[in-house]
Amino acid sequence: MVNIKENSIKYIFLLSGLLSIFILLGIFYLLFSNSYPALRDVGIKAFFSRGYWNPTAYSVPQYSILNLIKGTFMVGAGSLLFVVPLGVACAAYLAEVAAPREREIFKPVIEILAGIPSVVLGFFGLVVVAPLLSRIFGLPNGINALNGSILVGIMALPTVISLAEDAISAVPQEYRHASLALGATRWQTLKNVTVPAALSGILAASLLGMGRAIGETITVLMATGNALADPSSFLDSVRTLSANIAIEMGEVPRGSLHFHSLFVVGLVLFLITFIVNLLADIIFNRYREGV
Amino acid sequence: MKEPVKLKDKDFVPFKEEKPNSSRAVVYYDKKSNEMGKRPSRKEKVRAEKLTFYYGTKQALQNINLDIIANEVTALIGPSGCGKTTFLRIINRMNDLISGSKVEGNVFIDGDDIYHPDVDVVELRRRVGLVFQQPNPFPKTIYENVAYGPRIHGIRKKAYLDEIVEESLKQAALWDEVKDRLKDSALSLSGGQQQRLCIARVLAVRPEVLLMDEPTSALDPVATQRIEDLIGTLAANYTIIIVTHNMQQAARISDTTAFFLLGEMVEQGKTSQIFTRPRDRRTEEYITGRFG
Repeated sequence: MVNIKENSIKYIFLLSGLLSIFILLGIFYLLFSNSYPALRDVGIKAFFSRGYWNPTAYSVPQYSILNLIKGTFMVGAGSLLFVVPLGVACAAYLAEVAAPREREIFKPVIEILAGIPSVVLGFFGLVVVAPLLSRIFGLPNGINALNGSILVGIMALPTVISLAEDAISAVPQEYRHASLALGATRWQTLKNVTVPAALSGILAASLLGMGRAIGETITVLMATGNALADPSSFLDSVRTLSANIAIEMGEVPRGSLHFHSLFVVGLVLFLITFIVNLLADIIFNRYREGV
Repeated sequence: MKEPVKLKDKDFVPFKEEKPNSSRAVVYYDKKSNEMGKRPSRKEKVRAEKLTFYYGTKQALQNINLDIIANEVTALIGPSGCGKTTFLRIINRMNDLISGSKVEGNVFIDGDDIYHPDVDVVELRRRVGLVFQQPNPFPKTIYENVAYGPRIHGIRKKAYLDEIVEESLKQAALWDEVKDRLKDSALSLSGGQQQRLCIARVLAVRPEVLLMDEPTSALDPVATQRIEDLIGTLAANYTIIIVTHNMQQAARISDTTAFFLLGEMVEQGKTSQIFTRPRDRRTEEYITGRFG
């Protein structure tokens, strides 16, 4: 009797584990099978050759997603540029400097930051960040890649902070003591011993933050302007892969070539985030073994 | 203590034979130096006076009076929890890191009160090096481990750092084993080598006092032997205070032994005397193995 109960519980857990794998595979299949007609009729090359994304052109439709990929990476990498220093500094503060009481206040606040709906953050981008950027840089409007980077950075910040804090806290106390006992100050110890020892964990945290940034849709859609042109700087309007799908999917005739080519965009996005997350995972595991 | 001294490159002469502050120390201790029945030439380097220490409300040390003689090896022995490691860490103020700890009484190094508010703790810790129980090299290269201390104290010149690294590793009797692989990770060394590397790392900032907290307890007998030999040679240039659980070790390597029990310093004397004719009954019981 006990055995049956034990076994059934075991299988329930096994099933839920298998379910997530099944869903992952299912999504991958869905993406691939729906992309296939476009890949077959348009050809992979058309997606990755110079040009624009314009599948609904009257004369010659164009399917190049290079500008979209560029826009996606600009927003993702741009967010890293300020989220990594900020996140690591914040994590170092929490892990090394803050009194337990301060930590008790800071950590929940940061968690709440993670809970802000992305649409609300989009408002923030339109109403606060955009006017600010337009005034600082003297632009007609501040709806551009930089705006998207900032907002997505704010979204990624909690992830980066909490993972980087874990990495810093995991550095053995002995290293700190050895450094302090040699006459190093707390700051020297943090800069020269603790953070370098936690570096791979911090790197993994940053990549996961970037993975989040790349996949982010609605905030970016609201803040970046969604122009299809080739962006030449962070002050240009860009459209990301994710925003492109969200904008066009609602209006596209089901089953058309345009419809299927949007799935190609999704497939590319999926592969990019998959690779970034995989990379983060590899780095993270290596750091686990290193310590 | 003097004005906090900022080290500059030119001040940092590695391993110059030094007699710091000797005139001052002699003046300070003039009255008392004979009280313990020591030869006048044996100069106190570290002195604890009425030292009492609390972890929060728990008293860990009670009224310790202890003199540590320069260029000698002093062993602190006693059962676990007797306060000997606490005492050791008080000497370079590593106990400052424990919140809620409190020191009463005085500790002097060369006659300077190291708990005076003006004391530069960074400079104190450079002068008083600490070797930990578990070898704890940084996850950096062998070279970087040794160069770390000089670097944080402001030494930038590569040639100078090279010189310090080589000298320190030679002093720690590790140079011959690692000279061809200074760029390897310190974590690739054996436990005994790591501990000697940690000693080299401490020597690289040219300390005056070396504190060792059971430095061989994590090592095998061969590695232990090497560290003990090393301690013997280092005593010529440094004042060494070693905490050990191993009484044979204390007998082998130390000149002076102090016996701690329940936060008190029961007895201090020449090692030969402590181990053959202890004055206190508790010392005798401990070294003959009746408890511990």
